[in-house]
Amino acid sequence: MEQHILQELRTIVPEERMFVDLAERYSYSYDASFGEYLPEAVVQPLNAGEVCRIVKLAGKHRIPLYPRGAATSLSGGPLPVEGGIVLDMTRFAHKLIIDRENLLAIVSPGVITADIHKKAEEVGLFYPPDPSSSHVSTIGGNISENSSGPKGLKYGTTKEYVIGLEVVTPLGDLIRTGGKTVKNVTGYDLTRLIVGSEGTLGIVTEMILRLIPKPKARMTLLATFDRLQDSGHAITKILSSGILPAAMELMDNACIRAVEQFEPCGLPVDKEALILVEVDGHPAAIEEEIRQCEAICYEQGASQVRVAKDEREREELWRARKMVSPAITQMGPTKISEDATVPRSKIPDMMERLNQIRSKYQLNLVVFGHAGDGNLHPNIITDKRNKEEMKRAEEAVGEIFAAAVELGGTLSGEHGIGTLKAPYMEMELGEAGLSMMKKIKEAWDPYNIMNPGKIFPRPGQIKVVLT
Amino acid sequence: MDKTGPQQKLFDSAHDEANRCVQCGYCLPACPTYISMGKESASPRGRINLVKLAAEGKIDIADDLAQPIDLCLGCRACEVACPVGVPYGHILESAKEAIADRQAQRQPSAAGRAAAPAGQQSAAARTPSSRKERWPDRLKRLAMTQLFPYPGRLRAAGNMLWLYQKSGLGRLLRRTKLLSGLSEPMAAFEQVLPAVEPPHKRYAWGSVFPAKGEKKARVAFFAGCMMDAMMSRTNRLTIELLTLVGCEVVVPGRQTCCGALHAHQGLKAQAQELAKANIAAFEQSGADLYINNAGGCGAMLHEYGDLLAADEAWAERARHFSEKSKDVTEILHQYGPLPFTRERHGVITYQDSCHLRNVQGVRTPPRELLKSIPGATFVEMEGCDQCCASGGIYNLLHFRESMNILDAKMNKANVTKADTIVTTNPGCLLQMRLGVERKAENREMEALHIVDVLAEACGLK
Repeated sequence: MEQHILQELRTIVPEERMFVDLAERYSYSYDASFGEYLPEAVVQPLNAGEVCRIVKLAGKHRIPLYPRGAATSLSGGPLPVEGGIVLDMTRFAHKLIIDRENLLAIVSPGVITADIHKKAEEVGLFYPPDPSSSHVSTIGGNISENSSGPKGLKYGTTKEYVIGLEVVTPLGDLIRTGGKTVKNVTGYDLTRLIVGSEGTLGIVTEMILRLIPKPKARMTLLATFDRLQDSGHAITKILSSGILPAAMELMDNACIRAVEQFEPCGLPVDKEALILVEVDGHPAAIEEEIRQCEAICYEQGASQVRVAKDEREREELWRARKMVSPAITQMGPTKISEDATVPRSKIPDMMERLNQIRSKYQLNLVVFGHAGDGNLHPNIITDKRNKEEMKRAEEAVGEIFAAAVELGGTLSGEHGIGTLKAPYMEMELGEAGLSMMKKIKEAWDPYNIMNPGKIFPRPGQIKVVLT
Repeated sequence: MDKTGPQQKLFDSAHDEANRCVQCGYCLPACPTYISMGKESASPRGRINLVKLAAEGKIDIADDLAQPIDLCLGCRACEVACPVGVPYGHILESAKEAIADRQAQRQPSAAGRAAAPAGQQSAAARTPSSRKERWPDRLKRLAMTQLFPYPGRLRAAGNMLWLYQKSGLGRLLRRTKLLSGLSEPMAAFEQVLPAVEPPHKRYAWGSVFPAKGEKKARVAFFAGCMMDAMMSRTNRLTIELLTLVGCEVVVPGRQTCCGALHAHQGLKAQAQELAKANIAAFEQSGADLYINNAGGCGAMLHEYGDLLAADEAWAERARHFSEKSKDVTEILHQYGPLPFTRERHGVITYQDSCHLRNVQGVRTPPRELLKSIPGATFVEMEGCDQCCASGGIYNLLHFRESMNILDAKMNKANVTKADTIVTTNPGCLLQMRLGVERKAENREMEALHIVDVLAEACGLK
């Protein structure tokens, strides 16, 4: 980047919030996915005014801009793939207002998601989206990627809770979308367009989130199954019996064994699957619901069902699920974490397809996920220094996506497309569908400066390259 | 870039470990310097990545890696937060070693001395130091090589401090602001040094103190170099408390500095020499357990096994030594209850010593002991598990950065309305005393070592 542009940038943000040294720039070259891309400068804006001026400067000189939250992305969302300027939004975090009368939260993009949970719960309210990184990730990042976590089944995903935004457009204008009302049909729903657009259509500088009353109580059970098929049937039976659990988590045999090996907690390593079911609501109602869930699990062939009697036992049951991530990373230094999602009824079929992919490519593939909403997390554990195995992993990833799309599902339930899934977009959307999305991008961002190199495949790119 | 020397050594010692980081960022909210400085290079994830890049030769060890590593407090809260068990402490020490080596290559005169083992300096070491060396670095080097490894010299320094405090020279210096003119951090810490006990009250090396009542164990007391010199009263009370719960206490004569400061500054060879001296001294004591009262030293003793793992002649002995090393609160809690004789009124809060909590995993015993004091109200402080930014001598080397973190902590301490902030490490204690001086809203608030609080409640003086 030319010196005079850096000089102009210095007139917008002070020295202590602008980095050009090599070590500082390298510190913004990664996220939790793959690849290392060195930006030319990093800035830490503190308000919308600064963001507008940075965007206008970038537009004038056609410099790529990469907004970044806590960089916990698993799809490459914040990676500065074409250099340019990284906008580290983590310090833009001054506002977190809970509006109790209107059941709203008004927040700055750098606020950590768990802080919203905490503030809302202090006054008996509840913000349901809860990605597993919510104690680290920023709300700006969550909204850009539309990532939601385990409660999507009952409470919906992040996009259902965003009702208003303040956005800096790729031309550097400040606009507001939606507002403070739950109902709003004035014009196109730009709020929904921005949520999940992965920073390709603008930079969110403030958001209005809907809150709901906090459920009074919750109960949890853990059921183990000799056959994976049976666990799938238990899940669909519970959902068709009129119960809507707050969470339904599934772990396959490879996953159970990994956890038990990592930290023995009495899981049955000979079982094909286990499920965790959590219901929340009025104490009397959920007491009845959890008994019903228990009965259904036994009817569908569960070998054992444990219902937590108190909060301590509940935490014990969840412990198995929470150990999954650390346990599987013990199996190898590189984790390719996918989030292909299928209609709920297709979970057993998807599990079968994943089994076939595992044996075909001889990979360490473990599966867990949010079974209630069809969002599975197949994880390939490998070592990126093993080029030959990485090649097999690339092939396997392509087949996982193909399987999900064939079963009527989608490439990504919550991690986003970023760089890693861009090559498969046409597989799901078709040529015309992808072209409509491109037209939106071109209309919003004529200079192609807003997170360029993401979502859309490069010409001729049909598969991911990890090595 | 050359593939020899410090870079290759860094690659061999730390690249695999750094590569285990999955860059999930779960360490970010646990890191005090990331929170206060707000940039990725001041986070564990950022630092691990920079070590990896330096090992690969993509950035320079001295120009690019040194500063971010230097700004790490070494509190190791990130290790507790890490879901995949990246050994950050090892990576940090490998990086410090590489940085020290690279700087020695560039400035053979000054840094070469620092790297030479204690007592074996070359002739070059005695020549006047290079003009380029900043005073904190010079002080650090002199303390590291000439002071900490010599308990006798440290005691003499402690006695001089006693004289300085008693004679009124301290008051005079403060009035004339002579010290603050020389160095702001030195002046700040001079003000909060605890009162030193007169020389005649010091315990003698090699003494044995019989257990009161039934003897439950024979323990050897690790006095610690700074604790012994400056806080010998706390050490004396530690011994008395141990005897009250049935320990026969021996103070091994040939013990020396634990080596933590050396290891943290990249002087691994020196740290290893000190470790061997301590192992030999304590083995002779015939004790069942080795007790210390300083979280920072305790962590080093706890890791002698790792420090000497590659040394065939010492590995096994070092491992045994580490297994026997315990913090005083663990033993008082295990062999207690303490025979309290007086009530303590007011609110007590506890600031964890990072190295006690994060490295030795001791969290409950200090809290349980404080709660057991008759009449006391224990209130947990938000962020008690986050470093106070004392960090060995971090607060002297990086005064401004350290004070930013300390002031934020004091805001949380004020919320507890505590009269007493308790710590379990001399560095943390000095830092919290400075914090009280700077920011306490409750003018009665004081910072004390846990042993002093427990001893007072047991009627010991």
